[in-house]
Amino acid sequence: MTAVMDNTAPTSAEIPAPDGSVTVTVKILRFNPEVDSEPHWESYDVPALPTDRVLNLLINIKGYVDGTLSFRRSCAHGICGSDAMQINGINRLACKVLVKDLLAKKGKPTTISVAPIKGLPVMKDLYVDMEPFFEAFRAVKPFLITYGNEPTNERIQSPADRERFDDTTKCILCACCTTSCPVFWSDGSYFGPAAIVNAHRFIFDSRDEGAEERLDILNDAEGVWRCRTTFNCTDACPRGIQVTKAIQEVKRALLFKRV
Amino acid sequence: MPTTASPPGAMAGTSRRSGTLYIGDPGMWSWVAHRITGVLTFFFLFVHVLDTALVRVSPSAYNAVIETYKTPLVALLEVGLVGAVLYHALNGIRVMLVDFWSKGPKYQRPMLWSLIGVWVVVMVPGTFFLLQHTVTELFGGN
Repeated sequence: MTAVMDNTAPTSAEIPAPDGSVTVTVKILRFNPEVDSEPHWESYDVPALPTDRVLNLLINIKGYVDGTLSFRRSCAHGICGSDAMQINGINRLACKVLVKDLLAKKGKPTTISVAPIKGLPVMKDLYVDMEPFFEAFRAVKPFLITYGNEPTNERIQSPADRERFDDTTKCILCACCTTSCPVFWSDGSYFGPAAIVNAHRFIFDSRDEGAEERLDILNDAEGVWRCRTTFNCTDACPRGIQVTKAIQEVKRALLFKRV
Repeated sequence: MPTTASPPGAMAGTSRRSGTLYIGDPGMWSWVAHRITGVLTFFFLFVHVLDTALVRVSPSAYNAVIETYKTPLVALLEVGLVGAVLYHALNGIRVMLVDFWSKGPKYQRPMLWSLIGVWVVVMVPGTFFLLQHTVTELFGGN
């Protein structure tokens, strides 16, 4: 990777443009805490194949145009949940969004806007401080709680009981849901959808005995009752979890004392 | 190639401002509209309680205030009030179904589209008859 001198204008000419690629404008909300007081938009015209993912474009910009561009990504296959960002105004994983789904119709110029997820402190460019998010996750005790003697063999569960919380086991903690929530934007002390999803995963697990404790935690003023059922979280989840449905199930478990 | 970053915990140079418009689910916009129509209806009720209370002050004062309402502008506000209350009521039913019906979250979007449909079906003739009354009364049709 070659370092880009500060006095040279960024150029995307070095990015390899394979056959069939089109030029798209990637508009990134950038923020360098050492220089900027506020985030600002910067545009990059880059070649893109329709089969490219937005993550490929970001890696190309970082590799060829501006090495200071900061973002998280690890597995790049929609499993690790590192590269959640706001793409064209919606929270998505950059590794799961294909360029062909963002191309403007009939050869009009395409602009793809990329911004950090909202509601968490931006530390640099697309890189946010996830600590408040994980703090809420830890607060709901996302682990198996049991009392009494351990069974001598496995903890048996029927397929029907397993099905009860199957949807919420899919969470990869990418924060797409929590940072799509208007309540979380305005008040970061709300637990947020992801923490409630992970509480749901254990509350409705027949092997777990900590449902009461978790429901008490979520009955808090900053718990499930802050949810206004805007469905942004369900729409944003890259794993297709019915997040709002899970939150509503927790609310009803609290209302009717039935798990 | 790890991404460069400020050391964790260095909160001094962070930004919470993003200024981006989130293109949320239709459910988010229905919630925004629910809030706005709720506040508008509250202000109507506030004024309504005040002007109706005037009848206890003196019937002539009440009549004088009600007389000032007989303008085309107030007729339009009336149409707006019907629209706001109707939306708030219909979406309120949707929100309750989302809360208490186990299939509510699954059908929230169809429910939103149908409430908008009912709203349009009621508001089109409703606006016509309300404004027809205004035109005939204020501008002396018959």
